Amino acid sequence: MIYFDKVTKKYGENAPAVEEVTLSVNPQEFVSIVGHSGAGKTTLLKLLLAEETPTEGSVFYESLDVNTLPSSSLYQYRRKIGTVFQDFKLIPNKTAYENIAFAMEAAGRSDEDIASDVPHFLDIVGLTDKAHHFPRQLSGGEQQRVAIARAIINEPDIIVADEPTGNLDPINTYEVVEILKKVNELGKTVIITTHNKGVVDAIGKRVITMDKGRVVRDDATGKYVL
Amino acid sequence: MNEWTTLKRIVTAGAKSFVRGGSVTVATVLIMTVTLGIIGLLIFLSAVLTSTLDSIKDKVDVNVYFLTTASDSSIQDLISKVKQLPQVEDVTFTSRDEALAAFRDRHATDQLTLQALDELGDNPLDASIAIKAKDPSQYEAIVNFLGSDSALSSGGNSIIDRINYYQNKTVIDRLSGAIRTTERAGLVIVLLFALASCVIAFATIRLAIYSSRDEIGVMRLVGASNAYIRGPFIVAGVMAGLLAAVITLLVLFPASWYAGNTLQSWLSGFNLFTYYITRFAKIFLILVGSGVVLGGLASWLAVRRYLKV
Repeated sequence: MIYFDKVTKKYGENAPAVEEVTLSVNPQEFVSIVGHSGAGKTTLLKLLLAEETPTEGSVFYESLDVNTLPSSSLYQYRRKIGTVFQDFKLIPNKTAYENIAFAMEAAGRSDEDIASDVPHFLDIVGLTDKAHHFPRQLSGGEQQRVAIARAIINEPDIIVADEPTGNLDPINTYEVVEILKKVNELGKTVIITTHNKGVVDAIGKRVITMDKGRVVRDDATGKYVL
Repeated sequence: MNEWTTLKRIVTAGAKSFVRGGSVTVATVLIMTVTLGIIGLLIFLSAVLTSTLDSIKDKVDVNVYFLTTASDSSIQDLISKVKQLPQVEDVTFTSRDEALAAFRDRHATDQLTLQALDELGDNPLDASIAIKAKDPSQYEAIVNFLGSDSALSSGGNSIIDRINYYQNKTVIDRLSGAIRTTERAGLVIVLLFALASCVIAFATIRLAIYSSRDEIGVMRLVGASNAYIRGPFIVAGVMAGLLAAVITLLVLFPASWYAGNTLQSWLSGFNLFTYYITRFAKIFLILVGSGVVLGGLASWLAVRRYLKV
C-alpha cells in the first residue's frame, strides 16, 4: 500500500535526515516508528504526505508516485490520509466543531452529512460538551482528540500521527493510544512516530526503529529497543 | 459538491474569520480606511485644483477693439466667424455706447475726466469683443486668425484697430504654462499618493495573513483545495475594504462640510461639501471599488505565498 524506494532526503549539505530508506506498509497495519530526536521519523512522514520531496528515491501510495503530483491536485491525495500532529495544528479561530467540520467541508461533503457526522465523531472522542469551545479553551489532551476526530472523519485509508502523545500527560496519552487502536481495529492503516516506550509497548504491533536517518530494526511485534 | 454550497461555505468562513479576527481585523480596516481616506482627499484636492485653475483661466481673455468707422454689419460678420473657430469658448460684444456707459460708470466720481469727455462731443471709444478661448494656450491661434485675410471684411480692409493680446502675451503665456505644469504635477502627486497608500494597505493585509500562515498549511494538510483555502481570505479582505469604504464615506461628510465652509471664500466660491453631495455617486463608486479591489487582490496575492506546503 505504501512503499518507500531507497528514499534519501537531504536538507542543504548536511548529513541526510533520511538515508536510503526502503520499507513497505500493508493495509490495516499499525506501525510505530521509533527513534531518538533527529532520527528522521518526522521527515519520513513528511515525505509520505508529500510535504517534502525526496532528494533521491520515490515514495509510492499504491501505484502512485506521490511526488509527481502537482501542488494544485495534492489535496485530493491528502484526503486519503488523516494526519495528527504533536502540536495538534487546529485552526485557532474555529471551534472544535468547526475544526472537524472543516475537513468535511473541504472534502465537499454535504451539509446533511456534516450535521450528522460531526456530533457522532465528537462523541467518539468524548468532547460532545466542548463542541463550541475554541482550541485555546481546550486542554492539550482535548485538542489532540479534536485533531484525531478531524483526521478520521473523512474515513481516510491511512492515519498518520506524528508524536501524537508528545505533549500529553499519561492519562491523555493512554486515551489517545486507545482511540488509535480502535481506529486500526476498524480497518484503517495507522502509522505513528513516538519516543514513548509506554506507547509502543501498549500497542504491541510492528515497530520500525530509526537511527541517524536509517532504518536499523523492523520487528513484526516489536518492543521499544534502543 | 455543487458550486453554490462551496460559495456559501467560503462566504460564511470568510465572514466568521473577519468577525473573529479581533485586533487584526480592526488594524486592517483602520489602515484601509486611511488609504481610502487619502484617495478621497486626492479626489477633493484635484477638484479644488481644477476649480482654481478654471477660475484663473476664466479671467484670461483677449479684447479686440474695432475702428470707430467699422460698420455694425462687418463687426457682426467677424463675430460670427470667430464664434465658428473650434478654439473659441465664448465671445462677448461691447458696443461703443456700452463702452461709454461703462467708462462713465467707472469714472463717476472723477468730474475732470467726465468734463473732458463731454468736451469731445463725440464718443471716442471703440466697440470691442472679448474672446474667451477654451484653453489659454489657444489665444495665439485665435489672434493669428484675426490677423489673417479671412478675418477681413468684405471690402478688403481690416476693421480691427488693435488687439490687446500683444500687450498681455507674456502674462498669458506664463499663466498657461503655469496652469499646464500645475495640472501635470497635480496628476503625478495624486498618482504617487494613491500608489503609496495602496502599497501600505497591501502590506497590512499581507501581515494579517502572515499570522495565518500555519493555518493555511494545516488546511492544505487536511485536504482542502487551494481555491477553497484562498476563498475565505479574499472574502474577509473584501469585507475589510467594504467596511473601510463605508467609514471613509461617512467621515467625509463632516470633513467636507467643515473644510467647505472654511475654504469657500478662498476658493472663489467653490464649496467642497456641495461638490461631495453632487458627486456622491461617483465618489461612492471610486471608494467602494478601490476598497473591494484592494482588499480582494491583496488577500489573493498574500495567500498565494503560503499555499506552497
